[in-house]
Amino acid sequence: MKILVCLCPVPDTTTKIAFSDNNTTFNTQGVTFIINPYDEWYSLVRALELKEAGTATAVHLVTVGKADAEPVIRKALALGGDEAIRIDTDSNDPYVIAAQIAEYAKNEGYGLVLCGKESIDYNNGTVGAMLAELLDMNYLGFASKIDVAGDTVTVNREIDGGDETDACAMPLVISCQKGVAEARIPNMRGIMAARTKPLKVVAPAAVDAVSSITSYEMPPAKTGVKMIAADNMDELVNLLHTEAKVI
Amino acid sequence: MSVIVFAEHAQGVFKKKSHEAVQYASRIAAAMGTTVTAVAVGTVGNDELQSLGAFGAAKVLHVADARLDGFSSRPYAKVVVAAAQQEGAKVIVCLHDTTGRAVAPRVAARLRAGMVGGAIADPVTDGGFTVKKGVFSGKAFANVSISTDVKVITLMPNTFQVTKGEGSASVEALSVSFDDKDFAVQVKEVTKASGSVPLSEAELVVSGGRGLKGPENWGLIENLAAELGAATACSRPVADSHWRPHHEHVGQTGGTIRPNLYIAAGISGAIQHLAGVNGSKTIVVINKDPEAPFFKAADYGVLGDVFEVLPRLTEAVKKFKASH
Ligand SMILES: Cc1cc2nc3c(=O)[nH]c(=O)nc-3n(C[C@H](O)[C@H](O)[C@H](O)COP(=O)(O)OP(=O)(O)OC[C@H]3O[C@@H](n4cnc5c(N)ncnc54)[C@H](O)[C@@H]3O)c2cc1C
Ligand SMILES: Nc1ncnc2c1ncn2[C@@H]1O[C@H](COP(=O)(O)O)[C@@H](O)[C@H]1O
Repeated sequence: MKILVCLCPVPDTTTKIAFSDNNTTFNTQGVTFIINPYDEWYSLVRALELKEAGTATAVHLVTVGKADAEPVIRKALALGGDEAIRIDTDSNDPYVIAAQIAEYAKNEGYGLVLCGKESIDYNNGTVGAMLAELLDMNYLGFASKIDVAGDTVTVNREIDGGDETDACAMPLVISCQKGVAEARIPNMRGIMAARTKPLKVVAPAAVDAVSSITSYEMPPAKTGVKMIAADNMDELVNLLHTEAKVI
Repeated sequence: MSVIVFAEHAQGVFKKKSHEAVQYASRIAAAMGTTVTAVAVGTVGNDELQSLGAFGAAKVLHVADARLDGFSSRPYAKVVVAAAQQEGAKVIVCLHDTTGRAVAPRVAARLRAGMVGGAIADPVTDGGFTVKKGVFSGKAFANVSISTDVKVITLMPNTFQVTKGEGSASVEALSVSFDDKDFAVQVKEVTKASGSVPLSEAELVVSGGRGLKGPENWGLIENLAAELGAATACSRPVADSHWRPHHEHVGQTGGTIRPNLYIAAGISGAIQHLAGVNGSKTIVVINKDPEAPFFKAADYGVLGDVFEVLPRLTEAVKKFKASH
């Protein structure tokens, strides 16, 4: 059974977000990119565990991105994985990303395709379910535990108002969140090995974008905090009622 | 032509956020000069289906198949696609929650429709079709323009006030043919989340951080939450240390919430935490360190010890509730 792990490069979580060109472009100058935490901490590590346990025969990594994504792809390879595929195009349209991955994956016979719950830059949480539709696969979102026995995958996942345990035959797309695995740190051997692992660059398929970001805005700045004396909570409650009108 | 909205219910009762989505869809429909058709699946009574009319639905299409009482993205998406095709829908609205986020992308991919996930404003339709959403986990907003004829939107719950109007929707049965593949996911076990108010829908949230010192002190948070009728949340290290369940973790790598009131007790206000909560309309910060970064993002601040301030605040709320 082969696993495909979808890795999205995103700005480091400490990044101060800024825009240029009249707020139409995300300014990447000085921004450090990392692998989307959901992808690195959960999907990737769980895939590696399944390979270590002998359940999976190969772990492939796929990223839709230009050459500047290669350092983060190498970092993922340092954690493990047999080969990486970079689909050579850039987009923030989830349909384009899903269609590119689907086009590559459709004839590769993956048993499991793992995504993150959402990317921490565009926060769509869309690519996984789109991919499932395009690959005509089942989809289980928001997984917190993934077990594989034979052809059957058992998944704990968050549903509206609770949790659910589901079983489904492969092939399957799963989006991963906390609980699926524990984050790992690459070791020296992994980093050395990653240098020589295959990183295939694949030309993108012809897919037209169906959405585009026309402009960005910053949230309105807070006008300043009003401090309330710690022994006057009646005053706070009163302000929440009369001024903020939230209670 | 109409606007389709997928209305979720729990055991046959529509959720508040579904009312919000129906009302959102009805504003879009009004702007387009058309009407709203809601879609509901599984076991729901006729009165309940009609009641969506009070939130702006002209019609409700109902697929009563009891196999749809359990959630699975594939058959649900099939239903929404069938409804959209029957109605010639140009806009399809789902909720940006665990259900909608699995259904809407499938629908969008099937129809090759542009999609915006997590809308926080009505679409701007002067010439184009542009929807505002949060990006960079709450650090900024993006205006996303959809270029396809059919548009799919997931609405961030708790973005708009819901007002109940008059009216009753007409109800029609929708028949959709399923195959075995649609029900390949077998549900083994369902566990309801504890706590009376689901975090994603909560208007008021009380949240605790490492300043609470340990899980044994969470009664302070829970008492205040109970007094307010609020949901509870926490910072990441609190969930990581298993003081609180993971679904309470908010921030860049946890849930993103937009309640009317967010009370943060003993939370420093790291950038990754703020990312998930700075969409809250009013923020109250309780911290004993005057340099805590959270004060810069707060509307009201209390400099003090959570072990003293929280019980006092709980008392003050109790007093207020008694007199209002
Ligand atoms: C990639 C990445 C992703 C992350 N994602 C998230 C995320 O999604 N959500 C998140 O929350 N964090 C996240 N973090 C962690 C984040 O950086 C902070 O470490 C975390 O938010 C701190 O939690 P805290 O405020 O509870 O604890 P601390 O930083 O330890 O702060 C405790 C606060 O309590 C105050 N305090 C202590 N005792 C008292 C008292 N008796 N009375 C009043 N105040 C008191 C202190 O002054 C302090 O301000 C992430 C980090 C990384 C690197
Ligand atoms: N450019 C990309 N390349 C590969 N995978 C991606 C890309 N963008 C998103 N994904 C995957 O899709 C998940 C959800 O992303 P999103 O729909 O953008 O929130 C991510 O966690 C990744 O697993």
